[in-house]
Amino acid sequence: MHFMNNASPPLNVHDLTVAYQRQPVLWNVDYAAPAARLVAIVGPNGAGKSTLIKALLELIPRATGEVQFFGQSYAESRQRVAYVPQRTTVDWDFPVTAHDVVTMGLYGRLGWFRPVTRAARLEALEALERVGLADFARRQISQLSGGQQQRVFLARALVQRADLYLMDEPFAGVDAATERTIIGLLQALRSEGKTALVVHHDLQTVQEYFDDVLLLNMRVIAAGPVATVFNAENLKRTYGGKLALLDQVGHQMVLAGRTQ
Amino acid sequence: MSPFESLSLLAVTEWARVFLLRDYNTRIVLCGTVLLGIAGGVIGALMLLRKRALVADVASHAALPGIGAAYLLMESYRPDSGRWVPGLLLGATISAALGLLFAQGMGRIRRIKEDAALAITLSLFFGVGIALLTWIQALPTGHAAGLSEFLFGKAAALLARDITSIAVAGGIAVGVVVLLRKEFCLLCFDSEYALASGWPVHGLDVLLTALVIMMTVVGMQSVGLLLIVALMVLPPTAARFWTDRFEPLLWLSGTIGGASAAGGVILSALVPKFAAGAVIVLSGSLLFALSFLFGTRRGVWWRYRGTAATQRQIALDDLLRACYEILEPYLHSPDALTEHPIAQSELLQKGRWSLARLQPLLRLAERSDLLRRDFQDRWRLTATGRRAAIQAARNHRLWELYLIHYADIPLVGADRSADAFEHSLRPEILEQLETMLETQSPRLTVPSNPHAPHDPKLSATATEVRP
Repeated sequence: MHFMNNASPPLNVHDLTVAYQRQPVLWNVDYAAPAARLVAIVGPNGAGKSTLIKALLELIPRATGEVQFFGQSYAESRQRVAYVPQRTTVDWDFPVTAHDVVTMGLYGRLGWFRPVTRAARLEALEALERVGLADFARRQISQLSGGQQQRVFLARALVQRADLYLMDEPFAGVDAATERTIIGLLQALRSEGKTALVVHHDLQTVQEYFDDVLLLNMRVIAAGPVATVFNAENLKRTYGGKLALLDQVGHQMVLAGRTQ
Repeated sequence: MSPFESLSLLAVTEWARVFLLRDYNTRIVLCGTVLLGIAGGVIGALMLLRKRALVADVASHAALPGIGAAYLLMESYRPDSGRWVPGLLLGATISAALGLLFAQGMGRIRRIKEDAALAITLSLFFGVGIALLTWIQALPTGHAAGLSEFLFGKAAALLARDITSIAVAGGIAVGVVVLLRKEFCLLCFDSEYALASGWPVHGLDVLLTALVIMMTVVGMQSVGLLLIVALMVLPPTAARFWTDRFEPLLWLSGTIGGASAAGGVILSALVPKFAAGAVIVLSGSLLFALSFLFGTRRGVWWRYRGTAATQRQIALDDLLRACYEILEPYLHSPDALTEHPIAQSELLQKGRWSLARLQPLLRLAERSDLLRRDFQDRWRLTATGRRAAIQAARNHRLWELYLIHYADIPLVGADRSADAFEHSLRPEILEQLETMLETQSPRLTVPSNPHAPHDPKLSATATEVRP
């Protein structure tokens, strides 16, 4: 397996700063993601969670800083990194089927000018099956529910057979069935030794779904295993004065502590 | 031979001459514009999917000052050489490219949105172009320059060498799209993902824009720069009404583009009073209108038909459910559902319909073999009607239960008509609902599923309906 004989962490960020129009939105991010863990990126709106992912993938320019994937630059390790963008970033009226979208995950491996092969389409179909959408393969994508669209994006990342998955809010606005599917997939990926960094909004499910957490509010507030890092004090430092929310989460955590 | 006969004979020979392409000139024009239509349709489809349909419009308008400037430049270099077409087209290309760069640069300024930047560029460049053109017209040699041909096109006067340039440009454009269709599809659908996957998104965009400029410049001579955008926007928009797939959309758009060009050229050859460019655009619009109305994917006609069918189905379901509710007190006798008569007044008492609405509905149910009428004007369910009535009542009650107990779970693609209901719920929820119905709510009963393998025991169901 990859992660056993590879000493470099899946992701190593050193002193990353990102600025929009001279206004810094991320300061001095230092972070190393451990292998075979599910990591939640948590923080308030505008904390730079999506920005962090986009800066890692060089979708937006970095002001300073160094990013390495498996000890290499992103250009060298692209095939080992898969990106699941927010569902709302594309036009779902586009004339393609669910199957077509998943096949796009294989374009990189196919290379320039090559038409899509039968083997590639078969592989895409298998990925659709893994996310429970085999029956929907021939549907035009606007005829899928929000959760199904999210799963199509997930399947597109799966066919890349990457070792690190960067997901931008995969749980936003999805139904319960999709949430279970995504969690099942994440756990399967972890058991294969793969890592996932997931921008996550729902504080109440962090403990249940994730191993590690990266608390972010324009800089890294805290990072590490959920058990040690995800506590009321760190959340307060991340979310500042939004006490009502914190109380609610604190209550949840007390409840969780009692039942454990 | 009467004058009338000779006239009609003349008309027939004229039509035959056009349609059989006897005319060398018609053949040339047809060939060139059809090639242009095909390539324009294919490239236009990509621009439309990239959400940049306006770019073609800006490119064509921004080409005008380049034509004027090239004319002046060549004229000052050597008098009377200003009408050299390749030089004019080169000027047009450079100017169109500058216009798009200008628009892009302006779009970078935070307070100017992309559409505003495009509109400003279009009017600015076109304004400069018109100013140059009027100035040239006033020059001693300028009047004969005929530069205004580029505004409205001169399809009827296309020459063989124009066809060559159109064929080469169109061939390049279509060839590039064939080679890079998968890359362009990814670019148009999800450029961010493409960028993250390492595709040169910017380079692909530049290539696509270059193809647009090329087709615009080549097409200006025949259709005119004011109307060339129609050949890039109408065909793909029309094609979208027929297909939900990327590649078929490209080729269908090319076909529609070619067909509208052919239609336009033939029509304008028959009725020479109209400029070919205008007729091409009009025949493209006609194809668009037909697609908009009758396109199988989202045409207005099919959507109307679909809505009407759904509404009919809902109305019939309501009627059958009312019948079931009326018959429910008599379910203890085995054949009550098909044998017990229902009077029209009983249905009216339900208060769901006026007499005026109930009567056509009953006739519809009769035509659909769901109800039959006896000589006393009373109604009975047929065998089909019985099954449908049970289904309708069952769906309705399960649906109510679902709303009461499970409404916080989002339902995927639910619609409350027909038996779609039970397929849109997860089996475990359906099962729970049915158990709940038996145990907890004795007042709210559900007849069993007529599709179930074991035959339903109708008489076993309770007798009271929720008010």
